[in-house]
Amino acid sequence: MDFDFTPQEEAFRQELRSWLETNLPAEYNPETFEQLNEDKRFEIQLKWQKKLSAASWVGIHWPKEYGGRGATVIEQTIYQQEMARVRAPGVANPLGISIVGPTLMHWGTEEQKKRYVPKILSAEEIWCQGYSEPGSGSDFASLQTRAVEDGDYFVVNGQKVWTSYAHKAHRCILVVRSDPHAPKHKGLSYLLVDMKSPGITVRPLVQITGDAEFNEVFFEDVRVPKANLVGEKNQGWQVAVTTLMFERANFGIVYQLEPMLRRLGELAKRLRLNGHTAAEDPAVRQKLAQFHLETQAIKYNGFRQLTRQLRGDPPGPEGSIGKLAASELNLRLVHFAVELLGPYSQMALGETHGLDGGYWSRRALASRLYTIAGGTSEVMRNIVGDRVLGLPKG
Amino acid sequence: MNFGFTEDQEALRDATRKFLDNECPTTFVRKMMADETAHATELWKKIAELGWLGIIVPEEFGGSGGSFLDLVVILEEEGKSLLPGPFFATALLGTTAILAGGSAAQKSAILPKVAEGNHILTLALAEKSGRYDAAGVTLAAKPKGNDFVLSGEKLFVPDAHVADQLIVAARTAQGGSPEDGITLFLVDAKAPGVTITQLKTVDMTRRQCHVALQDVAVANAQVVGEVGKGWPILRRVLEQAMAGLCAEMVGTGQKALDMAVTYAKERVQFGKPIGSFQAVKHKCVDMMVQVENARSLTYYAAWTVDENGSEAAQAVPMAKAYCSDMCKTVTSEAIQVHGGIGFTWEHDMHLFYRRGLASEAAFGSAPVHREIVAQTLNL
Repeated sequence: MDFDFTPQEEAFRQELRSWLETNLPAEYNPETFEQLNEDKRFEIQLKWQKKLSAASWVGIHWPKEYGGRGATVIEQTIYQQEMARVRAPGVANPLGISIVGPTLMHWGTEEQKKRYVPKILSAEEIWCQGYSEPGSGSDFASLQTRAVEDGDYFVVNGQKVWTSYAHKAHRCILVVRSDPHAPKHKGLSYLLVDMKSPGITVRPLVQITGDAEFNEVFFEDVRVPKANLVGEKNQGWQVAVTTLMFERANFGIVYQLEPMLRRLGELAKRLRLNGHTAAEDPAVRQKLAQFHLETQAIKYNGFRQLTRQLRGDPPGPEGSIGKLAASELNLRLVHFAVELLGPYSQMALGETHGLDGGYWSRRALASRLYTIAGGTSEVMRNIVGDRVLGLPKG
Repeated sequence: MNFGFTEDQEALRDATRKFLDNECPTTFVRKMMADETAHATELWKKIAELGWLGIIVPEEFGGSGGSFLDLVVILEEEGKSLLPGPFFATALLGTTAILAGGSAAQKSAILPKVAEGNHILTLALAEKSGRYDAAGVTLAAKPKGNDFVLSGEKLFVPDAHVADQLIVAARTAQGGSPEDGITLFLVDAKAPGVTITQLKTVDMTRRQCHVALQDVAVANAQVVGEVGKGWPILRRVLEQAMAGLCAEMVGTGQKALDMAVTYAKERVQFGKPIGSFQAVKHKCVDMMVQVENARSLTYYAAWTVDENGSEAAQAVPMAKAYCSDMCKTVTSEAIQVHGGIGFTWEHDMHLFYRRGLASEAAFGSAPVHREIVAQTLNL
C-alpha cells in the first residue's frame, strides 16, 4: 500500500492548480452563484466550459484525438479533487462529456464520431438525454415513445420527462421503442436527434428548488435520419446501459461531501446550542465525527476501486456503492445542518437575515436529487443485490 | 497511489484461509468455547510453525521481519474463523509492547520464545473504570530500592490465564497530566501475589481475566521503556492493537454477510428464495456497504500504522468507531436474515455476534472514538 502520489501526478496537480488560480471566472462567486437566474448561470457555465476546453481542461479522460488528455484514473481523481477544492463552476454540457461522447466513442459509426464528438468538449453543441418517461422511471426499459421506420427515417412519437438542459440543448440522445412486439429490453433503439427538428416541443418543469433546469419533451411525428441510429436497431438497451454506467460513475456528489462537511464544522463553531457552541455539544460532536468517517470511507472505497482499475483487476463490491452511500450520507448531513440552524434553517438562499447565506435550505431542497437521479437508491440496492451479491431477482 | 495488498500478501491470505478452513472450523471454535482455557496447544504449535507469532518480529529476534500489513492479512482471515485463544494477546498486544518499548536484552530474551510458540504474552491495561486512556491507569507501583512493588487490580485482561508474562501498565507518579507517570512492567504470571481469575463473558472463544496484584515485587530490569514514560509506548501499542482488531472485525463482518447472503439464496418462503424479496435484499446490500466502508477505513488505518505516520492518530479511531458499529450491526442483521434458526444455540450465527460484541467493547466502543475523531477535527 502506498497513498502517495508520484512526482508526475503532483506536477499534474500543480499545473491544474496554477491554471485555476489565474483562470477561474472573475464574475463567478460560489457563494452567490445559486441566487442567479438560470440563464445567467448557464451563460457562466458556457463561458467556463469554452475556457476549459481551449486549455484542454475539460473531458480530460477522453482520448487525445478527441480533445481530451487521455488522463489516467489518478489524474481524473486529482482533477475532481482540485475542482471541488476551488468550488469551480459546473460546465454547460455535462451530459455530453460524461455520457454522449464516451457512448459515441464506444458505439458510434466513424461518421457519427467525426460529426458529433468534436463539438461536445467545446460546448458548440449542448446535449440532453431523453430516457425517462411519465410511465417509465425506474422501469426505464418499459418506455413507450415509438419509432416507426419510413424510408430513410424513423418517425418518433411520444413524451420524455426529467430531461435536463433540453431547453438549452442542440441535440438529444433518445431511446425509443422500435419493435413493440419484442420483449421490452429487445425492442429499443438509440437515436441522435436534432432538437430543432419539427414536431419537438420543450416545456420547462419547475423543480423542487424553484429552478427549471429540466423539462418535458414532446415528440410529434419527428423525423430522425436512420444515419443517426447508434448501434443496431432494437439493440438500444445495450447502448443505453453503457451510458447509465457512465452516469453513475461520474456522480459528482462524492466530491462535494468533504467541503460540505468542513462547512458544517465551521457552522457548528458559530452556532450556539444548549448553553455552549454547537461544536462543543457532545451529541453534535458525535454526529460530525460520524459524518467525517463515512465521508472518508467513501473516499477510500474510491481509492480501492482505482487500485483495481490500475492493476487491470475486475471491479470489486466497493465500486458499486459510491453513489448509493454518498447520496444517502449527503441527505443525513444536510438534514443535520437544518436541525442545528433551528429557526434559521428556513431562510431561503440570499435572505439577508439568514445564516450562512441560506445555503443549507437550498441544500435540503436539492438533497433528494442525488437519491433519485441516475437510479434511485432503491434501484441501486436492487442492482447491487442482484449483480454483486448474486441474490435472486424478485 | 496503491490501495491494495501485494502478491505475496495475497498468497499469504490464501494460505491462511486454507489453514484455518482445515484447522479452525466452527466445530473447533465451539469446542474451545467450552474448553477450560480456550487455548489449544496443538494449534498453537502449528501457528508458530507457520510463522504467525513472529510475523512482525525482526529476524534478529527470531521472527520473519514482516510488515504490519502482513499481520493485518492474517487477522482479517482469522476474524472470519473466530480463531480462539491468545493469538491476539501475544502476537499483537504483548509483542508490539516489547517491540515498541523493550530493551535489546528484553527483546532477545522474550521475542524468540514468542516466535517459537513457547511464550505467551498479554497486556494488562484496563481497570474497573473500563477506560483505555491514560487516566484509566491507576494501579500503583511503588519504588522499593531500585525495584518496585505493584498492588491493585486489572480487568478485561485478554488471556492472562494462559500467559507466561503480563505487561502491566502502572502508575509510578501522580500529578501532572494523566499521560505522565505511567510505567510498564513485565510481570511473571506466576509471581507471588499475582492472582488471575477468568471472567465469564459473552465471547468465551477468547477469554478475559481479572488480575489482582498484591505487593508483587518487580525488579527494575523488568521495566519496559523508561520509568514514568510508558504512555507513548502504550499509544503505539493501542494503535496497532486497534487497527488489528478492526481487521478482525472486517473478517467477522464479511463472514456473517456471506452466511446471510448464502442463506437468503437458499431459504424459500412464499414460494421464492427470501433473497428475492427487496426487504431482505436491501438489508443485505446495506450490510455490504457497512462491511466495505469498514474495510476501507481499516486498510487505511493499518497503512498509517505501518508507516508509523501521524495520520494514525485520526485514522485509527475512525476505523475503530466505524468497525465497532459495523461488526455488531452486521452480525446482528445476519441473525435477522436467518430468522428463527439464527436465534438458536445450534446455529453458528451467534458465535459471530458474540465476537462482535466483545470486539466492540475492547479498547473503547464507538462513542469514545468518535469523540477522539471530533478532537482531531479541531471541533
